[in-house]
Amino acid sequence: MKGFRYLRNVATVELVESRCTGCGRCLEVCPHEVFQLAGHKAWIADRDACMECGACARNCPTSAIAVDAGVGCASGLINEWLRERNIRGAGGGCCS
Amino acid sequence: MKIREIRPVTKEAAGNSCGCNQTSTNANLDKPPCCGPATCTGGGEIDENVPGFQQWLETPAGRVPQIASELRLADRIGGCKARWGIGRMHYIVPAGLYAVGAPDGDSQVVVTANFKMSYDLVRRSLAGKDVWLLVLETFGVNVWCAAGKGTFGTDELVRRIDASGLGRVVTHRRLILPILGAPGVAAHEVKRRSGFAISYATIRAADLPAYLDNSLQTTPAMRELTFSLYERLVLIPVEVVMALKPTAIIGGVLFLAAALLSGVSTASWLLIAYMGAVFSGVAIAPLLLPWLPGPSFAGKGAMVGLVWSAVYQFLPGAPSWHGVAVASLFFALPAVSAFYTLNFTGCTTYTSRTGVKKEMRLAMPVMGGAIVVSALLCVAGFFF
Repeated sequence: MKGFRYLRNVATVELVESRCTGCGRCLEVCPHEVFQLAGHKAWIADRDACMECGACARNCPTSAIAVDAGVGCASGLINEWLRERNIRGAGGGCCS
Repeated sequence: MKIREIRPVTKEAAGNSCGCNQTSTNANLDKPPCCGPATCTGGGEIDENVPGFQQWLETPAGRVPQIASELRLADRIGGCKARWGIGRMHYIVPAGLYAVGAPDGDSQVVVTANFKMSYDLVRRSLAGKDVWLLVLETFGVNVWCAAGKGTFGTDELVRRIDASGLGRVVTHRRLILPILGAPGVAAHEVKRRSGFAISYATIRAADLPAYLDNSLQTTPAMRELTFSLYERLVLIPVEVVMALKPTAIIGGVLFLAAALLSGVSTASWLLIAYMGAVFSGVAIAPLLLPWLPGPSFAGKGAMVGLVWSAVYQFLPGAPSWHGVAVASLFFALPAVSAFYTLNFTGCTTYTSRTGVKKEMRLAMPVMGGAIVVSALLCVAGFFF
């Protein structure tokens, strides 16, 4: 995204080239132009731009893409960690 | 690059633009998500009271409400209030099929969420067009957030296509979805289960007319995300409102403690310092986001918090405190601002979950340490 860049070398998006059929769906759903098509295969052209929304993985018809997608804000992650440790937050395990 | 392990995409996909803090599973997709301000249990049934109702259109699948594209004053006021978190619990429209203009069996079908602001944005942008609008039950949550939760998702879309009788209303089998709905919807699965093919059209509803006029082709500009000053500004009111409760509790405790130890005047100034640090983190740093150096949100927040700590000393009437007390503020206030700006990652559409996790692992101990140092300095200042 123009003018905005987050941390480098952290995004978990991965693409198995052998499974890719080159349908181009990942290019269609990615709002950050992470993928490009070369011939009949997609490739990850800009991994650092990935926000891990999971749209590419969910829409890949051959499951060639995987990404650790999920809640990405600090309070959400804190709640997630608390839940994993079975500690209920002040919000009764739900929203703050 | 060698791939060692392929993990399936998790069900609770996607960072969210609403301070989401609850992930969903298949089991609770039919329940309201815990996302941002609480919402009501669902949009109810379509009747003559749906916003913008004009008349009923008869279709092979029964009657469908024709709705206006022009927003009324009440719609605009409602939108403003929702931005401030007022009445957001009931800012919802019934899910189902609507008609904009005079659509027929060949008309396009646009899909959106049943958050009323989404519904209003889409119907307004479709002024002058004849299209069907299929509204999904997302429990009053916007497309992007609901896609992350899975409520704007494959199951709900397939269910809504079936329940609305869309297959009898239109002769074609195409749906137009917002690009930011893609994290929740598997287009190939929808095609397999319902026969409808999905085109992910645009990011912004405002680009829909151009998309429809452009033979359903998405231009690069329609696919480009932006995060302008205005786009950041409109997110801030609800963030401020959501920060009020914890701020009031912590501020109240601070005020009482300081009032007991050093009197009401000192306590009041301490409260102002704290509130300013919260506001710096919640509002100022997000507004200045692209101009604050470095990629780290905690770092950006801490910078604004530091500036606030300095500015605070020069406020008219500010007490001239002991050097130790001033140092204590310089540790605590940036930490408070940093935390709130770090939390703003939930409002952006360019920060990754893994990145936020990494930043939290680094920043949280530093923030905690700063608070501890600040408290120790306070205690020291009290005794010396």
